[in-house]
Amino acid sequence: MRVSKSPWLLHYDGSSCNGCDIEVLASTAPRFDVERFGIINTGNPKHADILLCTGGVNSQNKDVIRQIYDQMPDPKVVLACGICACDGGIFKDCYNILGGTDKVIPVDVYVPGCAVRPEALIDGVVKALEILDEKERAFKKEGKRSLTSSEYKALLEEKAGESETKEDTDASES
Amino acid sequence: MLQNLEEIEHIELLNKMKEISVAGYHIMQICATKIGEDYEVLYTFGKADDMRNVKITISPGVHIPSVTDIFEAAYLYENEIHDLFGIEIDGINHDYKGGLYRTSEEKPFA
Amino acid sequence: MAGKRSVIPFGPQHPVLPEPIHIDLVVEDEKVIEAVPSIGFVHRGLESLVTKKDFNDMVYVAERICGICSYGHGYGYVDAIEHIMNIQLPDRCDHIRTILFELSRMHSHILWMGLMADAFGFESLFMETWKIREKVLDMLEAATGGRVIFSILKIGGLRHDVSDEMLKGFLPVLESIEESIRNCENTFLNDTAVMSRLKGIGYLSAEEAARLGCTGPFLRASGVAFDNRLRGYAAYGKIDFDVITSGEGDSYGRCKVRIGEIYQSVSIIRQCIETMPEGEVSVPVKGFPNGEYMTVIEQPRGEACYYVHASGKKFIERMRVRTPTFANVPGLVKTLAGCDLADVPILVVAVDPCISCTER
Repeated sequence: MRVSKSPWLLHYDGSSCNGCDIEVLASTAPRFDVERFGIINTGNPKHADILLCTGGVNSQNKDVIRQIYDQMPDPKVVLACGICACDGGIFKDCYNILGGTDKVIPVDVYVPGCAVRPEALIDGVVKALEILDEKERAFKKEGKRSLTSSEYKALLEEKAGESETKEDTDASES
Repeated sequence: MLQNLEEIEHIELLNKMKEISVAGYHIMQICATKIGEDYEVLYTFGKADDMRNVKITISPGVHIPSVTDIFEAAYLYENEIHDLFGIEIDGINHDYKGGLYRTSEEKPFA
Repeated sequence: MAGKRSVIPFGPQHPVLPEPIHIDLVVEDEKVIEAVPSIGFVHRGLESLVTKKDFNDMVYVAERICGICSYGHGYGYVDAIEHIMNIQLPDRCDHIRTILFELSRMHSHILWMGLMADAFGFESLFMETWKIREKVLDMLEAATGGRVIFSILKIGGLRHDVSDEMLKGFLPVLESIEESIRNCENTFLNDTAVMSRLKGIGYLSAEEAARLGCTGPFLRASGVAFDNRLRGYAAYGKIDFDVITSGEGDSYGRCKVRIGEIYQSVSIIRQCIETMPEGEVSVPVKGFPNGEYMTVIEQPRGEACYYVHASGKKFIERMRVRTPTFANVPGLVKTLAGCDLADVPILVVAVDPCISCTER
């Protein structure tokens, strides 16, 4: 039995304007009804398979997002929902916004939109289910786990270091 | 153009507040604006559909008195101004001491 | 014998609201002694964007202060700039703006009914109300193109007209919404189990509510008949409506006022459609704003103030928004003190908090 037959979803509101959040809720309501895919909106990270983040990340909630993500059992997927969660959106230039969800945890599916439309969101969730299946196979066969938030942080730092040295060499070449 | 605006010195603030309170107004909002080096603090009061505005201009480092003895609900606005603009306000009834806003940058509007 | 005091952090991630509200609850056994609010999980600092986006583009930022009260925020900002620039709007624009305002009030109140139902543990009622809300969103989408954030407002009017045929088509939909709300109302206001969760919970007297600066349905539920729509902005001056109040002053009263306001909105929209004037919906705008203005409007959650300070440049100096929930926080803190821990979700939702608005 695969998890994707009945994935449980955890919704975390980063610093979103609520627009995406009410659309997430509307998707669980009768008109759009994601529950027909067996999806249940849960409040407990240890029950959840899909983490749905809305809104950008700020210095207050980055650790909250990390903790929630790390508490979720493998296999798990992360959905960045709305343009703010993808890269910061209209609030990118604000002093209290660090950027999108992928600044702190690995994101598997990006769903753009301001606010995200329920149709797009459902499409994103269905994409996420495919990834969840793949991850589950890899987890069962090879015991491959998702990155923890601290591993991801190290990876980001490494990448940042690489691009810096690359920029340096670029600059010296020209 | 701001409705019923009065500009006063900050030392007259409390007396003005008492006068407005006695006239039956309630506080609608307090906000600060940075103009050059100075700060403008704007107090807005309402009574039914009437509105009054009082503005003081202070230079950096000047402390202003809290109006929470007169208008109890003003504490959130005063804490907000303290946290975002770094204006020191003396004697707030619920002083969160910079704990209301949790921002990555201290006094972002200062 | 009283137990030891302990502090329970309420939020940011919790099952009551999708929003990351954060309150520190000081409890003694099951009683809440004190509630200390703090801000920062949704604080973006969007007021600082005035230095990066020009005054026309700030409309979009204002609309994104909050996705639920989006239309009102856009309206407040646009109205302040229009007053500074002394722009006279055509009547048709005012009427359409009023219709959109009331539609967004309806969607907000119906949304709130759903959240309240969820808070007292009645999930099928949540589903039912959100089904009704979709009808309102369909109208908004037909008129503006957006479900949540509309971007139809611009300085000097509306981006596009809404045809008379479309508006006439709204009338039967409004009627069906009224009927469905009547069905739900019966459960909200007459069901014994629901009443036991709402009656007498979070009482605030008229005098206290006024002193603490509460606004909107929260204030009116305590029996204070004040509504900023009486100021007559947009087309409200030409429309006939009464302020809805309730003397209960508790969560039940707050429920009653909001449900009453849904019918009121329907009636206002009907009057606007019936008296819709012909003509343009926007006027050309030249130059940059120079001056200060304070707009006060009645948002679904209460009184909202928009202060704009401009100095004749492309970028304005300051935009300040005092949102209704911010003014309601002292009232909320007051009702939380002394309540049962299990009633905290009901009390918080009864205020209809909008954290995104509050923290900006």
